Amino acid sequence: MDFGLSEEQRLLEETIRRYLDSEAPIARVREIAETPAGHHPALWQEFAELGVAGILVPEEHGGSGLTLLDAAVAAQSLAWGVAPTPFLGTGVMAPVALVSSGSPAQQAEWLPKIASGETCFGVAATELTSVHEDAGVRLEDGRLHGKALFVLDAGAADVFLVPLPDQSLALLTRDAAGLAIELLTTVDRTRRVGELRFEGVTPDEWIGGEGAATEGIGRMLDAGRVTVAADVLGASERCLEMAVEYAKQREQFGRLIGSFQAVKHMCAEMAAELEPARSLVWYAAHAFSELLEEASLMATHAKAHLAEIGTEIARTSTEVYGGIGFTDEGDLHFWFKRVGLDRQLLGNPTVLREHAAHLQGWTEA
Amino acid sequence: MDLSYSPKYEAFRREVRDFLEKNRDRAASGGIAIRLGEKDPKTLEWQRILIEHGYAARIIPREYGGYGAKPDLLERVIIDEEFHGTGLSRGIGGQGPEMLVPTLLEHGSEEQKRAWVGPTIRGEVVWCQGYSEPNAGSDLANVQTRAVEDGDDFIINGQKIWTTTAHLAEMMFALIRTEAGASKHAGLSYVLIPMDTPGIEIRPLKTMTGESEFNEVFFTDVRVPQANLVGQRGEGWKIANTTLKHERNMLASSALLEGVFGALMAIMQQETSTGVRPIESPVFRDRLLRLQARVLSMKYHSLRMLTCNLKGESTGVAGLVTKLTGCELSHQIAALAIDALGELGVLYDGSKYLRNGGMWQFQHMFSLGLIIGGGTAQIQKNIISERGLGLPREPRVEKGRN
Repeated sequence: MDFGLSEEQRLLEETIRRYLDSEAPIARVREIAETPAGHHPALWQEFAELGVAGILVPEEHGGSGLTLLDAAVAAQSLAWGVAPTPFLGTGVMAPVALVSSGSPAQQAEWLPKIASGETCFGVAATELTSVHEDAGVRLEDGRLHGKALFVLDAGAADVFLVPLPDQSLALLTRDAAGLAIELLTTVDRTRRVGELRFEGVTPDEWIGGEGAATEGIGRMLDAGRVTVAADVLGASERCLEMAVEYAKQREQFGRLIGSFQAVKHMCAEMAAELEPARSLVWYAAHAFSELLEEASLMATHAKAHLAEIGTEIARTSTEVYGGIGFTDEGDLHFWFKRVGLDRQLLGNPTVLREHAAHLQGWTEA
Repeated sequence: MDLSYSPKYEAFRREVRDFLEKNRDRAASGGIAIRLGEKDPKTLEWQRILIEHGYAARIIPREYGGYGAKPDLLERVIIDEEFHGTGLSRGIGGQGPEMLVPTLLEHGSEEQKRAWVGPTIRGEVVWCQGYSEPNAGSDLANVQTRAVEDGDDFIINGQKIWTTTAHLAEMMFALIRTEAGASKHAGLSYVLIPMDTPGIEIRPLKTMTGESEFNEVFFTDVRVPQANLVGQRGEGWKIANTTLKHERNMLASSALLEGVFGALMAIMQQETSTGVRPIESPVFRDRLLRLQARVLSMKYHSLRMLTCNLKGESTGVAGLVTKLTGCELSHQIAALAIDALGELGVLYDGSKYLRNGGMWQFQHMFSLGLIIGGGTAQIQKNIISERGLGLPREPRVEKGRN
């Protein structure tokens, strides 16, 4: 019985945090966030060298061959530093889809490129849970038509994965003929989502063959949800840390504001929400690898619950900061906005709770 | 992360299962530990059997009447899990075995251990806790019940409140102010008081649930030998604090939360108060799923705390949030069950049409009592922020000396 992080996982967390502190402090995040693609290839390359890009890529394909719990620890640590990296699509969802449903040849082609940082993947997963503005991609005579919205890591992507209603998972490159890519401006500038428009695009490949990616699509969605939950966890953790630090040095009425119960109770409430939620994320990540029958439900609950408490923590920590929390220069808003995007990605809490009910047989649809 | 048990523990689990299978007929009923004051022969006999096999008083040394096993947290968890599944009594619990006995083993004299540990774990002597007073609630160290020396005795005057089972108890362990002129915390001592001593008057304290779970205890010139002091004079605060933390975690068990959530799910799936089952209403369903995520969080949180304890690591701030979060969750589960039942949810006290024996209204109120008792939610937040997060204390107003 050992419920918690291993020494290696704690070391991974520490390594990423230390790296971000020294190499990608908030000033550098600000610079990258202002670039059009919101992506800095050299930074991602450095994460590839740290083993983060290939964390889920099996060793025979040049990766670290670790578990989703390791990936969750990485996601949490990256969010702690609001790192502008394509970890969700490239580091997690694409390798999970490839490992679950890709042919040996596809795995041999793409997985090493993910691990080396050479290729970034965007994932068109939004329409699996939510359809906006008539989005949807369909196949007619072997060609893709329609559009996909909020495509993950669209700014960095060289290659896209696009699920279709018939359980196909199409792979196509950024320069495919008939594909138009437009980035959408969200409140979070540290990650880019975009719109893909398909006007008769011929997919380069079908992952596992046409109509044969049911498992890959389902698994990448579960893994994506756990990863976003871990992202919220890391961002919330940092918000609380910053709020507590601020409350220990800011004085009003001749006292440190952290000595006022009104302020310290806000901090205590944040901690009381955060700590049990941490265990839920760990368990969901563990279930993804080890307890397959629970994996989808736990991923769904973890994503929904973390989005709820993360939203509260981001808001409350901003209040602890007072006026400075409302300024750009106060920095805290980077995490507030990170959580804001995370909350809606891959199903917002309301959508996901309904899904959790469905998974338990409590609803029909 | 490894949620399996090693072969050694799996063997131990089989041993517990065998025991339960063979002794089912001799067992007292009641899934959760029998609370205080029940001295029927079957309960006492079952407790004797449990101690003999090491399923009660497991780590209490043999010379004091226990089973004498080495402390092993996983063994305890396995025993709890296996008993929980059967609905058989886990044995005699409450403030004597769970709070006084560990305190005596740590701070008591050899004579006190020999006198009290055995009868307490066997259920022969029932204890109550005399800490809180009308003016010493959240500010517990403000205890005013005083003892003055008179030869080899103390003469005690004052009042205690929130005294669970005082009316059933033979003995009380109490915080008493013995050191006139010492500062607030340094003036307290930990004293054992026989409840049949002349001058003690007990009045039941009826609570909002309609039951008298607590009492008020009044002391008028109560004479207690000074030999009943545990530890040294003036050490009472330190000694009392060794067991308070234990009480807080006792008040918010995740297994209990899971059980109550299961009963809530049954209500949601079976009742048809509004024409449809609550589970079919998107709004009720959403409330249920919010709580389910929290119950799951607390379940895994308790596994995390268990792991920290197994490894001897500090549980840190995470260990301080359990009482606050667990008690609140328990209250909210009851609140949803009542809403799902609608008007049926307000039935109480043996009424016609009552569901689950009336547990929902009772629990809705009792859990509010737990949010307040054992250190209020607000005191918990002070502890979390000051000890857990390192925020500065509020400036203290010291009103001279007691």
